[in-house]
Amino acid sequence: MNEAFLFVFAGAFSTSTPLLIAALGELICEKSGVLNLSVEGMMALGAAVAFVIVNMTGSHTLGFLGGSMAGAALSLVMAVLVLQFLANQVAAGLAVGLLGLGISALVGRSYEGQTGLPLARLPVPGLSKLPYLGFILFNHDVLVYLAYASSIGVAWFLYRSRPGLILRVVGENAPAAHALGLRPLFVRLLAIVAGGALAGLAGAYAATVLTPLWSQGMIAGRGWIAIALVIFGAWRPFRIVVGAYFFGAISLVDLAVQALGISIPPQLLTCLPYLTTIIVLAIVSRDAVRIRLNAPASLGQSYQPAI
Amino acid sequence: MIRVTLVPRTTSPRLALVTVSLATIALSIVTAAVLFSAYGAAPLGALYSLFIEPLSSPYNLGEVAIKASPLILIAQGLALGFQARVWNIGGEGQLIIGACAASCLPIFLPESDSAMLLPAMIVTGALAGMLWASVAAVLRTAFNASEIIVTLMLTEVAKQILYYLITGPLRDPAGFNFPQSVPFQDAALFSTFGGAGSRANYSVSITIAVSVISWIFVKRSFEAFRLQIGGVAPDAADYAGFSRIRAIWLSLLVSGACAGLAGVGEVAGPIGKLQPILTPGYGYTAIIVAFLGGLSPVGVVLSGVFLAIIYVGGDNSLASSKIPAAVPNVMQGLILVYYLSLSVFLRNELRVTFRRTARALA
Repeated sequence: MNEAFLFVFAGAFSTSTPLLIAALGELICEKSGVLNLSVEGMMALGAAVAFVIVNMTGSHTLGFLGGSMAGAALSLVMAVLVLQFLANQVAAGLAVGLLGLGISALVGRSYEGQTGLPLARLPVPGLSKLPYLGFILFNHDVLVYLAYASSIGVAWFLYRSRPGLILRVVGENAPAAHALGLRPLFVRLLAIVAGGALAGLAGAYAATVLTPLWSQGMIAGRGWIAIALVIFGAWRPFRIVVGAYFFGAISLVDLAVQALGISIPPQLLTCLPYLTTIIVLAIVSRDAVRIRLNAPASLGQSYQPAI
Repeated sequence: MIRVTLVPRTTSPRLALVTVSLATIALSIVTAAVLFSAYGAAPLGALYSLFIEPLSSPYNLGEVAIKASPLILIAQGLALGFQARVWNIGGEGQLIIGACAASCLPIFLPESDSAMLLPAMIVTGALAGMLWASVAAVLRTAFNASEIIVTLMLTEVAKQILYYLITGPLRDPAGFNFPQSVPFQDAALFSTFGGAGSRANYSVSITIAVSVISWIFVKRSFEAFRLQIGGVAPDAADYAGFSRIRAIWLSLLVSGACAGLAGVGEVAGPIGKLQPILTPGYGYTAIIVAFLGGLSPVGVVLSGVFLAIIYVGGDNSLASSKIPAAVPNVMQGLILVYYLSLSVFLRNELRVTFRRTARALA
């Protein structure tokens, strides 16, 4: 097997990790009936905060914590807008996203263009010695393993646990959930904050591990790809995992292209993830019935409790 | 004990509309003062350079005009679509494509001094913006693909197309390999007004015309009514036989054309050539302008001028103090957050009751 392809297959686990973490967060949020379009902004804020923390303390753990707390804090603004003030979810998501991008530029301004410390890989003892597979599957940093493992956790939570059931009930029909004695607004608040924390963590990973550097706009649309991934995966965790890995690989296609000795304008390669998103989105969405059956029924609708 | 409740209402009184907008502006002024003092600038001086100085000299007024013009132009198109719940958030990309297409004329016809050159560029830019937005319209109507994601992804693609053009086919051969095109000849530029040194130019007239047309369209046409019903009550629109597909196409084509026109205004205005950065994010700021203007043509004009003042004032105050360049961006985001929070009072009435009366009523 060509070495470059080995790098693409292995590297795709790293490049897909921020997409996967953010998409799982968005999945939880959308399953509660809230369409949160501010993922890009929350990722950017998480990235900036984590980068600054890692640069000051040298600790990636603190960086991840800080990044996810920053994402969660920003998502509280989203929660207040859509839950308390019943704002249109699309408008609120755009507003909070723009706010996050602005604050991230503010936080990271004195670090613009700087590089940070890389995070050591954590090869799995024994397994990483396997030919090919060892390098592809078992030679990553800790967050890659955690991200892929957490998709199992999210699937279990959504479909096998009682809180997950409550979350889905709220997302399908908030008034009915209220009638059952559940608290839709509280459930949605928790879901939004969980989504924000995961988006912040995804950004933190992108800026401190994947490419340890900070520059304004470094998230470069990955938050939006994460939102698209939830649609690609038809709101199912494992399909989202497959989609994330696919998009992680797409972003490394330039390696494969170089290895094959094909010359393609670099701009076309940069466009590839975006073009692929558009094409896959069109193919997946084409079956409107399937989308309607899988999407949470009250996605995007405000819930105003009766007085 | 005092009890405050929100009671939904069906109509928004004009007074509430004005109050919410004014309260948003007041909150953003307070925020600006707080942010500036946090960075060690004298709040009053900074507020002066942010909100008053842009209006204080003919040159600065011209700057406000050329910033307000693209914002208002794009936002008029967006507001139309937003009313129909068609979310074109790729105005930035449509602007870039409009600018690229229009620029081809002066670049390939460098000798032309025809009076028709500029009008031809205007038409080309509008059509190119439409074409770019129509990709999203096709994917939305035929494939059910979210126009939010498609228009946003197309913006990233548009940026790459621009880089490709100015580093390849459209690069100035005598430009020392800088990624930019040849400067356009005078016939391809809007003439300026407002005295010597002013950069204000007659592309503003396009914005004024589009705003007037939008106002007439929204006030007088049945088509605009159909769009609004489609946004407010999709089921009612369906029942009345108002075509959703038609609403999507109309919204995206109009907003694409407006953004394309804004692109022409930039390359045939203050910039005068193709270069890597054509816009400081007008396509995104226009989203804020559209919402802050209450999605109405008149409101969009007012909010566009307001945000343009912040742009110009931001540049001025950044130059004169140690306030970081991202502060105006944060303010833009906050303005929209404030507006969306306060607009709860457009849809709900604030009712304050005292416990005693409540009990008496019960």
